[in-house]
Amino acid sequence: MSSGAIPFALSMVVLLIGLYAIIAKANVVKIIIGILITDYAVNLFLVLLGYRHGGRAPIVTKADLDTSGGVSMGFVNTSVDPVPQALILTSIVIGLAVAAMMVALALRLHDKYGTFDITRIRRLKG
Amino acid sequence: MTNILPLVVALPLGAGFLSPLLGKSRRGESMAALLALGIGFANLAISVALFTTTEPLVYWIGFWNAPVGISMAVDGLTRLLLLTTSLVALAALVFSIAYMRRFTATGLYYSLLMLMVAGMNGVIVTGDLFNLYVFLEVASISSYGLVAFGTEHEELEASFKYLILGSIGSLFILLGIGILYNLTGQLNMALVADSLAGRGANRAMTLAAAFFLMGFGLKAALVPFHAWLPDAHPSAPAPISAMLSGVLIKASGVYALARIVFNVMGPSAAHADVLTALGALSMVVGVFLAVGQWDFKRLLGYHSISQMGYIVLAIGVAAQVMSPRGSGDEALAGLLLFGGLFHLFNHAAFKSLLFLSSGSLEQQAGTRMLKELGGMRRRMPVTAFCCRIGALSIAGVPPFNGFFSKLVIVVALALAGKWLLAALAVFVAMMTLVSFLKVQRTVLEGETPERLAGVREAPYPMQSGMLILATVCLLGGPLVVWLRGWLLDPAAASLLTRAAGYAALFSPRGGP
Repeated sequence: MSSGAIPFALSMVVLLIGLYAIIAKANVVKIIIGILITDYAVNLFLVLLGYRHGGRAPIVTKADLDTSGGVSMGFVNTSVDPVPQALILTSIVIGLAVAAMMVALALRLHDKYGTFDITRIRRLKG
Repeated sequence: MTNILPLVVALPLGAGFLSPLLGKSRRGESMAALLALGIGFANLAISVALFTTTEPLVYWIGFWNAPVGISMAVDGLTRLLLLTTSLVALAALVFSIAYMRRFTATGLYYSLLMLMVAGMNGVIVTGDLFNLYVFLEVASISSYGLVAFGTEHEELEASFKYLILGSIGSLFILLGIGILYNLTGQLNMALVADSLAGRGANRAMTLAAAFFLMGFGLKAALVPFHAWLPDAHPSAPAPISAMLSGVLIKASGVYALARIVFNVMGPSAAHADVLTALGALSMVVGVFLAVGQWDFKRLLGYHSISQMGYIVLAIGVAAQVMSPRGSGDEALAGLLLFGGLFHLFNHAAFKSLLFLSSGSLEQQAGTRMLKELGGMRRRMPVTAFCCRIGALSIAGVPPFNGFFSKLVIVVALALAGKWLLAALAVFVAMMTLVSFLKVQRTVLEGETPERLAGVREAPYPMQSGMLILATVCLLGGPLVVWLRGWLLDPAAASLLTRAAGYAALFSPRGGP
């Protein structure tokens, strides 16, 4: 495995830890934490896609413009990719909405069933 | 014409945020219902207006062109899906007027419903991969809320299950999108397709395809990803069950999957085999689970899995024909896609109709257990009539619409040489018929239990909601040739263009 692939592999390990928590844990709160870990792993994966070793922040200053007024190739070749950063910003906000929804549901579930144990929250069957 | 395109998202989105502001008073809630109904009609008008031209339309949001901007793209498939969604949404909205009277905070219900419609329409019209994910989440999150709307034990449990599995599906879709972005450096579907079309299969694409199949498979509730559907769909209020089973699993599952498999990545042999297997499996497992059910809405939920199997099976075999390994016979693939998409349209009509009539029965008789009902034909004639049309359509009895789409799928499967799958499809159709004969016999015929002697017909708005869809079911059969000409063949054609054709149609180089 080349050294560039290690962070990707690690992000997948985090993803698997999250999935393990979702599958193996019976506590509603732990399942929610599992979803959040999986969410972070996906965000990490996305931001790694745009990462460049030793790259600079993708902020264009006057010095980065070439003679025709466009962005110089020198800047394009040294900065990190800003698109995945924009994507995960959106994805984090969506993750927050889902987290709020999950926590609200967990509270209502606790009100009704008096437990966070998913094995005892079983009215639906068939 | 292009300029009305953003309205399919903007109108319901605006209404979704406006209706909570109208207040919790009786008057505010009626205003919210009226607003939602108006948007429902406007949506239908817009999706009909899009049929005035057969040209593909592209709208660049904020007039930012590619590769920076986000596009909305309309072709035959988009037109079909938009029409289906707005028809079912309108029927569900009309039905809601009377049905939702027993709930409190109906202003919030209309708000969530409008957000769900906005999300679905967004998924259907968007031409950008990440935008697809965002709209998918808008539709999904509002549907989690709607499933839990009753806030009783069962609803909350079903919603939590649905939320967990739905989020996992969404995350895998996002991973797949990330991989495609890394491969191509683009998010615009046409540009991604353009960039991918030149190269052969590679391992990164296989991984992305696996993530997409799992993610969209979860959204579409294909076996073995189906566990949430029989809990979530029956727990929602009846109009929402109709929307979820009728259109949400199609827009965010089958449509998005077909679009990515055919138009973005190009059908490969591996995609096609997995789709065919999942389709056949869903078709058979779904119907077996349904046969033993005595809860009306749960039975309908299992049949949704089974009927989605037909659609995915037809699309999967079409992908097989079009894959590099297949015969490349476009007429045959077109016939399969015609069958699959016609069944998609029909299923939206009859399954929503059945869910609405189950809601009407539940509202009036106070139960949805088949064994506790009986003789409803005399007590609720309009509901019974609509329920019977829906049941005959889903069971594939001529001359209703379900018969024609199943016939086309079976014939096309046989033409493709898939005799076993064709026989399986016929067998599942028979099982469906058996299951719905049971429903007919126990609910509509027989003795009325004493407890239900005073049951009366549902209010007029609920009847009208059901009658809208019953009309579609009744007319869909005889008008099949006409429908094929302007609605279904253009939709199949847009999948038949493969990735290269899609890229050529919507590539920004040919655009504004």
